[in-house]
Amino acid sequence: MAEETKAHAPEGASSSSGGSSRPEGRSDRGGDRGGPRGPRPGGGPGGSREGGRKYFRRKKVCKFCVEKIEAVNYKDVRLLAQFVAESGKITPRRLTGVCTPHQRRLSRAIKQARNIALLPFAGRAQ
Amino acid sequence: MNRSYEVMFIVRPDTVDEDLNKLISTLESSVTSAGGTSKSEVWGKRRLAYKVGKFNDGIFVLYMIEGPDGAIVHEVERRLRVTEQVIKFITVRTDEELKRLDKVKKLRDAKKKTSAMPAAPAPAPVTPEASAETAPAPTA
Repeated sequence: MAEETKAHAPEGASSSSGGSSRPEGRSDRGGDRGGPRGPRPGGGPGGSREGGRKYFRRKKVCKFCVEKIEAVNYKDVRLLAQFVAESGKITPRRLTGVCTPHQRRLSRAIKQARNIALLPFAGRAQ
Repeated sequence: MNRSYEVMFIVRPDTVDEDLNKLISTLESSVTSAGGTSKSEVWGKRRLAYKVGKFNDGIFVLYMIEGPDGAIVHEVERRLRVTEQVIKFITVRTDEELKRLDKVKKLRDAKKKTSAMPAAPAPAPVTPEASAETAPAPTA
């Protein structure tokens, strides 16, 4: 799961490189914050712009949107297992970056998989 | 509009193939007598994610049904409940999901076509010029 988010690192990095050109535009315009942002909202929270970008957070992207996985099926245990924490819980969206529609389908699929003993309700599979 | 369902069920790990085949064929006969079609797919023995009864693993079977209405599924579920070897089953209706996937796919294909369109006119201006060049040649 963590690998998955890391796998999209190049994209996040590219957005940050796009962001590096941003400060120049900002010096022209003065203190107009928030206005001259790129077409892509995000690329990290804006709070660290002044400082040395200490807490840069890369933008999370929805795995299902990126890889165009439309069918989220309860039978695909490998896929679902990536979104289940070690304890057996469904990992929240804010941690995985999955978009709302896909998270909805994902959670439904995980629950179905649990019912048919493909995924554990609690704890990891024996 | 026909409906399609998937019934996944788990039978005891100690079930012999013969019994399993018999069970599947009885299900099939009940489905076909009700005017539906079915397909089965035996996944084989798998470890269960948690203990069911006293079993740690089971034989997974995926059974796909297509029929005019949901009454078939009721019958199949009843049979599964009665059958002792079956330790767990789940029924999922799939036709709506398939329809949605179809729609998404169509949309994507349409998008692909429109994105291919701008590429197509680009070479188009070249050909009129080429024809214009070739056209004066016969007159001159």
